[in-house]
Amino acid sequence: MTKSELIQQLAEANPHLYLRDVERIVTTIFDEITDALANGDRVELRGFGAFSVKERDSRTGRNPRTGEAVDVPAKYIPYFKTGKQLREKLNTD
Amino acid sequence: MSNETITRAQLSEAVYQEVGLSRNESADLLESVLSIITDALAKGETVKISSFGSFSVRQKGQRIGRNPKTGEEVPILPRKVLVFRPSQVMKARINAKRSPS
Repeated sequence: MTKSELIQQLAEANPHLYLRDVERIVTTIFDEITDALANGDRVELRGFGAFSVKERDSRTGRNPRTGEAVDVPAKYIPYFKTGKQLREKLNTD
Repeated sequence: MSNETITRAQLSEAVYQEVGLSRNESADLLESVLSIITDALAKGETVKISSFGSFSVRQKGQRIGRNPKTGEEVPILPRKVLVFRPSQVMKARINAKRSPS
């Protein structure tokens, strides 16, 4: 499923809404999550999961083609932990 | 950096501010988005949200685990796990405002 398929499904379930509003709704949700993470916040959606940010230390990497050592700076990486209900849903047939 | 926890309340408030719908309907729409994603994943589909990231389901095989308290061996049954891979856009945005000290 892609973002546009998600928008389409949501639009079909809500025929009273304009498609452009449905698009804005979906975009707003994902943008808000990203903005929160960029601010160092975490986003917890009970039953679905939680997005948070983890730190990665700087390290010396290697250019796989040349074998040359390169400094990889410390950075933040987004992390998602699956919620309990969603995890259970994945495992019911 | 604020270190707060954002929940459904703030996300549906953002939807409410963005589109001229009631707070109730905004909350319902957020819930619908989450359940559409959940249903697709439960069917084993990958969900790709451009400039955000993708959620995919991975099948894990059976392995032998150990009860850390008793040392007893217990089989961990085969199961499905969800993997989230953030997009390059998201990774860039998360490192744009600040960097680890």
